[in-house]
Amino acid sequence: MSNLSIKFTPAQQAGRLAMHRKRKLVNVLALLMSFGAMAFGVFWLIWILVETFRLGIDGLTLSVFTEMTPPPQADVGGLANAIFGSIVMAGLATLLGTPIGVMAGIYLAEYGQKTWLGHATRFINDILLSAPSIVIGLFIYTVVVVRFKSFSGVAGVLALALIVIPVVIRTTENMLTLIPNALREAAYALGTPKWKVISSVTLKAARSGVITGILLAIARISGETAPLLFTALSNQFWTSDLTKPMASLPVTIFKFAMSPYENWQKLAWTGVFLITLSVLLLNIAARVFFRNKH
Amino acid sequence: MTPHSKPPERRRVAPWADRLFSVLAHGAAWFTLLLLVGILGSLVVGAAPAIERFGLGFLWSTDWDPVQEKFGGLVMIYGTLMTSLIALVIAVPVSFGIALFLTEMSPGWLKRPLGTAIELLAAVPSVVYGMWGLLVFSPILSTWVQQPLQKAFKGVPVLGTFVSGAPVGIGLLSAGIILAIMIIPFIASVMRDVFEVTPPMLKESAYGLGATTWEVVSRVVLPYTKSGVVGGIMLGLGRALGETMAVTFVIGNFNQLESLSLFAAANSITSALANEFAEAGEGLHQASLIYLGLVLFFITFVVLSLSKLLLAQLRKGEGTKS
Repeated sequence: MSNLSIKFTPAQQAGRLAMHRKRKLVNVLALLMSFGAMAFGVFWLIWILVETFRLGIDGLTLSVFTEMTPPPQADVGGLANAIFGSIVMAGLATLLGTPIGVMAGIYLAEYGQKTWLGHATRFINDILLSAPSIVIGLFIYTVVVVRFKSFSGVAGVLALALIVIPVVIRTTENMLTLIPNALREAAYALGTPKWKVISSVTLKAARSGVITGILLAIARISGETAPLLFTALSNQFWTSDLTKPMASLPVTIFKFAMSPYENWQKLAWTGVFLITLSVLLLNIAARVFFRNKH
Repeated sequence: MTPHSKPPERRRVAPWADRLFSVLAHGAAWFTLLLLVGILGSLVVGAAPAIERFGLGFLWSTDWDPVQEKFGGLVMIYGTLMTSLIALVIAVPVSFGIALFLTEMSPGWLKRPLGTAIELLAAVPSVVYGMWGLLVFSPILSTWVQQPLQKAFKGVPVLGTFVSGAPVGIGLLSAGIILAIMIIPFIASVMRDVFEVTPPMLKESAYGLGATTWEVVSRVVLPYTKSGVVGGIMLGLGRALGETMAVTFVIGNFNQLESLSLFAAANSITSALANEFAEAGEGLHQASLIYLGLVLFFITFVVLSLSKLLLAQLRKGEGTKS
């Protein structure tokens, strides 16, 4: 080694050491800041969750699930109609959006991977995935609410379904493209028609991923407020009539939280607690489910 | 089997099923495309009265007077852009730090729980952020940040203006901070994903030459994933521009542009829609709000398309390097 080393004057040597120290220092600083950023991110999550649970769990009584939303400053009251409305609308929207999303995902992965329609749909879908959800509400307002001259549960369902579709398309396509081609070829070699190859081989193999996507879509729409504001609006009473305005948990929270009434704010915290809990559980369920199958 | 026997007859199972399935799949894809066309079309039709009346001048007029039917969107457009800008200024460095931590520093067993924690931040519904922001975060911001700053900059010409306003903690800054928290997970997860596509060979060569972790990230990983990183930032920007509930709770919903203070109550496109649309009578007021929605959709469309193209560019490069 000694014959390879270059001789430095003491001044140069000191300069090199200083340089080395500086590089080390910059590195340590950068890594510390990166650690700080990570802590910053986790800090907000913990803070929000702790506050939500602390303020929400107080008001969690049985009457929350049995009583209707109260007028301001009433002593009793719950969120029963809002919870019911949320479950009905999210459920119907999932039933409506999922088949369309899965079929479009199948198209992207199995039919039109390299066609112009495939490219265009993939591009548009990625934009719809992140497009402002309030614009979806405007769209349904102009085509449904204006036409039928009334805010309605149906309009809310349609708006939510339009949010489900891009999420399901994305995951279905991703999961189907992960299925090795050999599986498809083996099925074709046995003379299986294409629809059967897709429905009982590839889709079946990708099932857990697709279900994960659906769960994530449900989680997403159960917290959506903006598209419901001028489609389903809200309703102070219990209704199972989908042609009438329908209450939902997020819209009720919005209304109650912005109000100055104490009983409304308290119920809003309870609603926030319920929504956060169910959305987080759905997300964790989706992850656990996916991990167990893979 | 004798050589003369006929081959078994080929039985086709339900040939129509194949056609039907293909038609359904094609139909669903067309549906998605038409959805975009439908959204654009319905917004243009809905906004038509306002477009005819105000034209493009709508974009730089600050009037918003439902009584005299004079409408202009500058206040809301300013609010939307300003809150998103504040959000980006905070979220980009933090997301970069998180991605750096998750890809280069974190021990293997911590990667998954920490990654999940950050992703859960994206799963929390925006109405929760909004309520938390209004009732928990704003008072704290007011007491610990706004009032000390106002005291410190009292009488200072430029900085004084930036922090003026009622000490309630509601306004552009708190909306921007909450937006930042909401978009951090999106930007961070894109950055993490693109950092992970950097070929290990490149990184290892740099480490082999004695580079520090920071040098590897800033001089090898970052230049390699440049377009992906910008794409991730654009994705976050698209999210921030269109976010409704969280902003509506804390921005203050004030339709005038009176000061440039970061603590001034303001309004954004989405919160104007959320607050006024259901109450606005049909006619010019509603048309103007739809016009605002159209502007928002146009801006997010451009931003998200850019994001998509930049990310696609990175992916294209993947096949060509060796």
